[in-house]
Amino acid sequence: MRLGLVIDLDVCVGCHACAVSCKQWNASGTTGPLTDYQPFGAEPSGVWFNRIRHFEVGTYPNNKTVNFPMSCMHCEDADCVTVCPTGASYKRAEDGIVLVDQDKCMGCNYCSWACPYGARELDRESGTMKKCTLCVDRIYDQAIPEAERQPSCVLTCPAHARMFGDFDDPNSEVSKVVREREGYVLMPELGYNPTNHYLPPRKHKPIPTDIGADKAGLAGKLKQFVNRMVKR
Amino acid sequence: MHPAFSVIFFTVLSGAGFGLFALIYLADLFKLGGGLPGAYVFWTGVLAIVMVGVGLLSSTFHLANPKNAWRAFTRWRTSWLSREGVLSVAFYPFALAYLALYWLELWPAARHFAGAIATLLAWLTIFSTAMIYASLKTIRHWNTPLVPAAYLSLGHFSGGMILLVVAMMAGVQALPFVLLSLFQLFVAAFVKAIYYYWIGRLGAGSTINTATGFTRAQVKLLDAGHTHGTFLTQEFGYIVPKLTAVSLRLISMLLAFAVPLVLLYFALEYHSLALGIAALVSVFAGLVAERWLFFAEARHVVNLYHGAQRC
Repeated sequence: MRLGLVIDLDVCVGCHACAVSCKQWNASGTTGPLTDYQPFGAEPSGVWFNRIRHFEVGTYPNNKTVNFPMSCMHCEDADCVTVCPTGASYKRAEDGIVLVDQDKCMGCNYCSWACPYGARELDRESGTMKKCTLCVDRIYDQAIPEAERQPSCVLTCPAHARMFGDFDDPNSEVSKVVREREGYVLMPELGYNPTNHYLPPRKHKPIPTDIGADKAGLAGKLKQFVNRMVKR
Repeated sequence: MHPAFSVIFFTVLSGAGFGLFALIYLADLFKLGGGLPGAYVFWTGVLAIVMVGVGLLSSTFHLANPKNAWRAFTRWRTSWLSREGVLSVAFYPFALAYLALYWLELWPAARHFAGAIATLLAWLTIFSTAMIYASLKTIRHWNTPLVPAAYLSLGHFSGGMILLVVAMMAGVQALPFVLLSLFQLFVAAFVKAIYYYWIGRLGAGSTINTATGFTRAQVKLLDAGHTHGTFLTQEFGYIVPKLTAVSLRLISMLLAFAVPLVLLYFALEYHSLALGIAALVSVFAGLVAERWLFFAEARHVVNLYHGAQRC
């Protein structure tokens, strides 16, 4: 098995709900707590497994805002595991999930240097490295209904922009959607072979805008002339 | 990258310690300058071992959870950091055996054997330290063979300067030690000069386009998604101002190589030990600046998600 996520950049609305629900679930999970520093102070910061960045792609008027959630990619060739001197970082053979054994980590930060995706964050309070667990304490839990045995971020996403599944199975939902929508991985040139895939935004015709100044007609040109004359 | 003082201190000090030990052994083996008096070899060897020990101890200060530091000896099959730990600890019994046999004036063959093994381990440890950085694909300023070349040459150069001062103190024939230091000075200076040239022209690498997958359009960060800083911005966000970098490069090259060269000339001309020591101090000041820059100038690819266009 090769478990991971697919993130649909076409439908992500950038609401940060996945990050919040991740924090809520994992704060009391196997690698919890996720310490906050000055949560109500002047410089709020803290440990998160999931962060959402926002990019502008293209140039006006053919530009688009793309919301970009990022968590651990659970890479096939995970350098963070290779470089770990203590053996605290490991990749599970059975499902490919990359985890940090909190009892073994010495907090040297070396794995975070090896990760190109910024997936690992040191918890200053516990002195250990923390990262996305793919909700390993949830996806195998026999006590919750089968439909809910998914990572917290996937269940929460109001836009259904996140999918969870097995990339080794060619007929799984994630494999199919990656095939159909030309899903891709980030920074393939580094050779980490990440498991998580991203679906590109669908191509839409640009929405017409009213910047056609030369087609404005006589009234429009007069308006522009007055606008140039009046100082505001 | 954020330049952590404990790691700068550690790499400069233990690098010089390992270089010094290797050179003491070689000077002993080849009887450089007619052979250093026994007490000088012994106490300089002790100094080398102390420098290595203090450096290694200070490197544990940057650990957030040092109680698990002993586990760092377990993953030597894959991790250069673990290899560094294993090799540096393996260095100790051989180095101590060498010095003990020197003190006791016993079994020269066994002494040379222990010294040779310790020297080999010293070289491998410096190499491992450098490979911690050189093996990272995420930081192109480090992912080059010039990094181990610089660590090895700078460690031997700084250690060799200590040995030269010791030779001046001991009053032995200084010429072989001077030649050794001059040779190492030029090698180290050339390697660093090539390194600075190299990182100024890194060519194509990861960009904001490959980081986001939008390779056919201009991409710009609108919002990094955090209110204040994060662990990632604290650890990787530091950018050294261009002018600071250029002037520090100049200062470090002057202090580490040019000033010692001039001071050495006058030290030998006027047989002045004080000028020799001044040269040594200048070398270490230059190396601290060099090591600070080594960390500060490195750019991690995660910065592409925080607004950098290329790394």
